[in-house]
Parts: sequence; C-alpha cells; structure tokens
Amino acid sequence: MDPLILARWQFAILTIIHFFFVPLTLGISIFLAILETAYVKTGKQVYRDAVKFWAKVFLINFALGVVSGIVQEFQFGLNWSEYARFMGDIFGAPLAVEALLAFYLESTFIGVWIFGWDKVSPKVHATVIWLTAIGSNLSAIWILIANSFMQHPIGYTMGENGVLMQNFGQVATNPNVLYQFPHVFFAGMSTAAFVVIGLSAYLYLQKRGDKAMLDLSVRWATIYGLIGVILVMTVGHFQGQFLVEEQPSKMAAAEALWHSEQPADFSLFAIPNEATQTNALEIKIPKFLSFLSYNDFTSKVEGIDEVQAAMETKYGPGDYIPPVGITYWSFRLMVYAGGLMLLLLLYLWYLNSKGISLDQKPGFAKALVWSILLPYLAVSTGWIMAEVGRQPWVVYGLLKTQKGVSPASVVGGGEVLFSLLSLGIVYIVLTYVGVKLVIKHLHSAPAQTPAAAD
Amino acid sequence: MDLKTLWFILITVLFIGFFFLEGFDYGVGMLLPFLGKRDEERRAILNAIGPFWDGNEVWMITAGGALFASFPQWYATLFSGFYIPLVLILLALIFRGVGFEFRSQEEGEGWRNAWDWLIWLGSLLPALLWGVAIANIVRGVPIDENMHYVGGFFNLLNPYALIGGITFVVLFLMHGATYLALKLTNGLEKQAERIANRTWVATLVMAVIFILYSFPEVFAKSQYEGLALVFIAIAVVALLVDGYFLKKGEMLKAFWAGGVTILGVTAGFFASLYPNVMPSSLNPQYSLTINNASASHTTLTVMTIVALVLVPIVLVYQGWTYYTFRQRISTKDELTY
Repeated sequence: MDPLILARWQFAILTIIHFFFVPLTLGISIFLAILETAYVKTGKQVYRDAVKFWAKVFLINFALGVVSGIVQEFQFGLNWSEYARFMGDIFGAPLAVEALLAFYLESTFIGVWIFGWDKVSPKVHATVIWLTAIGSNLSAIWILIANSFMQHPIGYTMGENGVLMQNFGQVATNPNVLYQFPHVFFAGMSTAAFVVIGLSAYLYLQKRGDKAMLDLSVRWATIYGLIGVILVMTVGHFQGQFLVEEQPSKMAAAEALWHSEQPADFSLFAIPNEATQTNALEIKIPKFLSFLSYNDFTSKVEGIDEVQAAMETKYGPGDYIPPVGITYWSFRLMVYAGGLMLLLLLYLWYLNSKGISLDQKPGFAKALVWSILLPYLAVSTGWIMAEVGRQPWVVYGLLKTQKGVSPASVVGGGEVLFSLLSLGIVYIVLTYVGVKLVIKHLHSAPAQTPAAAD
Repeated sequence: MDLKTLWFILITVLFIGFFFLEGFDYGVGMLLPFLGKRDEERRAILNAIGPFWDGNEVWMITAGGALFASFPQWYATLFSGFYIPLVLILLALIFRGVGFEFRSQEEGEGWRNAWDWLIWLGSLLPALLWGVAIANIVRGVPIDENMHYVGGFFNLLNPYALIGGITFVVLFLMHGATYLALKLTNGLEKQAERIANRTWVATLVMAVIFILYSFPEVFAKSQYEGLALVFIAIAVVALLVDGYFLKKGEMLKAFWAGGVTILGVTAGFFASLYPNVMPSSLNPQYSLTINNASASHTTLTVMTIVALVLVPIVLVYQGWTYYTFRQRISTKDELTY
C-alpha cells in the first residue's frame, strides 16, 4: 500500500481527533480560572461548586489532549522524516520553545491544581489554574507559529537541504499567526461555552444538579461564548482577507471561484464539479465576495484559472489547486456552524436577560445539548480548510507534501498502516470512553427534587 | 565550546532529567499491580506520583522537541528508523496517561483492574524500549549514505539492545520502589523497601553484564572512551553506595544515589557517542554527527538563549511542587486518583 496516502490519512485523522480536545482545554481552563478567581474574591461557595463540577469534564478532556499531543510531536519524525529534515531548522525551534515554555507550565501546575485543593491557599490555587491556562494557550501560540511558517514562510533563507532560520523574530511574529492564534483562541472560548451550556442544558432536562450552580454557569458561559463567537468571526474575516493576498489558491478553492470575476459574487451553496470546473445548484449573493475580500463592491477577485496560471509561471508545470469540493465545503460548514452558534447564543442571552431559566424552555435546552457538536464541527472543518486548502504544498511554495513523507525504504506501507490502525482505534475507543465518563459524571449530580429522581 | 557541542550536552541533560524523573514514574507503574494488593493500596501508589507524572513526562517531550530543533537530522533518522518501537512507546504512554485519570472514575473491579494492568504495560514498554533505543543508538545501526535507517524492526532487537532494555527496566524498578518507600506509609513503604533491595541485586547484575558487553560493542570504538568510562565509574560507585543505603534503610540517600546512577549511565553512554549522534554500522562515513545533523548556527543561538533562561525556571517550579506534596500518602487519605 502507498505509504504516502496512508501517512496523509494518519496525520489527518490523528490531528483532527487531537484537536477535539485542544480547543476545550484552551477555553475551559480560562473559564475555570475566571470562576475560581470570582470565588477567591467573593468567597461565595457557588463559584467553587461550579469550578469543582466542570473540573471533572476539563480533566477527562485534558488527559486525552495530553496523550494525543505526545503523538503529534513525534509524527513529524515517524511518517514525515523528509519534511523534518527540510523544515527542522525552522520548525524544531518553536516546538522546543513550546515544550520549554508551555508544556512544563501547564503539566506541572495542572498537577498542583488537581491535587492541591487543601495543600495550598485558595489564592495560590487560583493562581495555579491561571498558570495552567496560560501554559495551554502559550502552547497554542508556539505550535501555530510553526504552522504559520507552513502557510506563509518568512524569516528564512534556502539552504542546501532545506530552509534555514534567518530571523527568529520574523518567524515568531509571522503575520499569519497574528490572525491564526486569536482565531484559535476565540474558537476555544466558543467551544468551552457550548460544552458548559450544552451539558448544563442536559442537566436541566434531567432535573439534576445544583440549580444555582447551573444558572451561574450558563449565565457566565453565555457572555464568554458571545465574546468568543463574535471575535472568532471578526478575526476570521480579516484572516480570509489576508489569505486572499497570501494564499490565493486556498481562497479561490474555498470560494469554488473557477474564473476570475469583477465584481465577484459570494456563493452560499454549490456542488463544485472539478472535472468540468463548474458549480451545480449554485446560490449566490451578488458582488458580496468582492466586499468580503476587499471591502468594496467593485474589486476583481482572482479565480482558480488565474491563480493556476500565475503559479505555473512561478513554479513550473503542475496542479496547484487544492481539492475544490473539500475546501469549499469545509469553509462553508465552518462559517455556517459559527453563524448558528451566534444565533443560539444571542437567543440564550435574551432569555438570561429576561430571567427565563432553561428548564422553562425544554425544546431549546434540547437544541443546546445537540449544539455541543457545532464548535467541534467548526474547528474540524476550519483545520481541514487550512490544511487541505494549502495542498499540494506542505510548506506553501517551498515543499510539496509528497516530498515530505518518510522514504518507503525506511517506513513501508505496512508500518504506516499498523500505526494508523492501532493509534486510530485507540483514539476512537478512548474518546468514546471519555464521553461516557462525562455522561456518568452528569448522572452522578444529585436530583433536583425527590419526584424527579423516580 | 561550540554551540553544537553545547547542544549535545543539553540533549544529554534533558535525557538525564527524563530518565531520572520518568524513571521512578515508570518504576511505580510497573510495581502498581504487585505492590498494591487492595484497591486503596493501589490508589495510594498512584497518588504518590499523581501530582508529578505529567510534569515529569514533559522532560521526554522536551528532549524530543529539543532534538528536533538542535539536530533535525538525528530526530528524522531516529524516529523514522525506530518506527515500530516508537509507535509502541506512544501507544503505551497513551494508555498510561489516560489510565491515571480514568482508573478511579468507575467503581467496578474489572474496570480498575484493566486500567491497572494497562498502566503496568504502559510503564514497562517505554522503560524497556527506551533502553533498547539508547543501546542501539550508541552501538550503531545500519544507516545508509542518505542518513536513512535501513535495518528494519528486528535488527533493533539484538542481544546487546535487549540487555540494555532489561537493564533500564530493573534500574527503573529499583528507582520506583525507592521512591515509593519514601512516599507511602501503612506498611507499604516497608514492602517497597524490600522490593528496592531485591531489584538492586538485579540492577547490579544487569548493569555489570551491560557494561562489560559495552566494552567491545561501544566503548572500544568510542573517541571519548576515557570520559565515558569516568561517568560509567561514577554510575557503578553510585550504585554500590545505593546498595549500602538500601540495606541500612536510609531511603532518601538511596534515592539520590540511584539518581546519580541514572545520571552516570546516561552521561557515560552519550559521552561514548560524541561527536557522533547516530553512528552507522555500515560505514563510519555515513554516521550522523553533531556537524552533519545539527541545525544552523542561528537556530542553535536562539535555542541556547531560550533553554538557558527557561530550564532553571522550570527546575524551580517543579521543585516547588515536590515540596508542596512532600507528605507521605496514606491509604486512609481522601485520594484523588
């Protein structure tokens, strides 16, 4: 079997599953830090109850994020050794900084936080969760710095066997990461909010749990989520404009814009056909893509044909357009999921402001339980768009994905298949077990009234 | 000293930190189902490393990341070449890490037993396979002119490497038992002390075999045989001192002596490697060295500043956590794990 195809599937599957756990860790660690700070400031027990209750969800998720994260670090050596050789001088440094600056911080202090409730003072305990949260989010910054080089290489010179670091400051302040990190950060806030709200809604429906604690959690998570969703969209908009300039092949494919248009319409729905280079059943908003790309209704937006021609001139003959259907639909699913999340949160915010609790709105509460899936859909499709949309490159403009794979003489298809199957199955089983444990935790919450317990 | 040599030393230091800290974690995991008869005993054992294991594991992650940053060719050749052992280590670490968190979240005996054995396996495999990996690295493996490992999986399971692996296992068992003798109570600490004494004998036997075997296989070919042997001698003396303290029941001193043993062994074998990082058994010309495997001067400079600033800070706060959780764990405590 072709090791390249297997290695691509492996990276995609393991990374997407790893990234189920990451955004929740990023967002909920800060959410818990805020709640625990409120507890230290006010001394009100309800904040502590909330922290203790959500801590369990956080820790189950955190454990899965940590163990799948270890695999991430070694995957570049396992299946992508030629990528590691080509990119090592640039990629290794942020990865090592991530370990030294972030992993030590989060992994050391999470231990103190879990075990330290009665070993350190409340103030120190609250500080410790802040340090954990900062560590997790710092780790996101540094791995995104590394990824940003793959999206938009700067600060390097070409050496004999790969890229060489020329300016670390430039690598670390890559304009791409200035969009990408906030995008991931606010996505983390949104994910955490939907998990807290959705699980609370489940408890309202089950008539379980301490109602004061749940009301508080939902109120705070609504605000937290609104900030997250509104800002993730805002940053995403500017990130898109940046990509129109810097990675036109990705954006042309994400819009399924086969031919340049002036002004360009925005496609709401289409079934792109790569063979005929046309879209079936397309629904469009006139001139809106010009506006999204350049803030006016008149500008020309480069289509796939023009981008392909320009890249052929630059890099020689070849196919420089990523899979259009996947890129187009991953982009749309991300945006639509985000939009739906915004509407749900606005309505919830309205209910909160009217003092209407979720147990009076069982239909909406049910919808909120299912909407836990929305942020996961959005972050997964977001990464699919970012990574599939960069193809055929693994490092944009510098190294094609097929050149990065470990040579078949070193790592054969059978070996990749073994690791893909073993790690893939273990990830899926453990994710399932983790979800089961979260559900069990919810069911262990005391019933609200004796009647409801029957 | 040039930066490449400095980074060779820093990588050695990270591996020493990794083997010292994860060494006792792995040992504790390997002892879990045997030392702990009843559930609360097993929980006490797990809680003895509960606050620390994750921070300790980062020493391995950092060693891997720093390897990538400072010697990308070494990272690429090693992890693509030692593919199956690395995948097994990763699988083991997944079960182990998740096991700590999940194990006590369900009451069922079958559930807890299953996780205990997964934690056991998840500790045994990395201890064994890191030993196998290090032994293979220092002995030399088939590497072709393009820096590609061409030996296949079974070539890694040669007698020398397996002896290295077993030596790591017994050394970490002793280190873990010594640690538990310091952290437990209710009589468990006495049992741990007895195990530490017994595994010390096994460690001594294995260490002697491994070191004698290393003379023809490794030291005789080394460019820095003298330096390597100084460290090995330190390790042997520390191991003997360790045995003395174990016998007297002075466990804290024994623990540190065991730590020096790990330091001496690791430093000794890395010193025997220098200036190679992965010698080729096919042709010395094909060997990866600190020169042909290293990152650029710019990257090494950046990394040097980062490491020299951050590693001391890490040591301070990790030290603080050990101080915070210095009390012995009783089976009668309210246990978290």
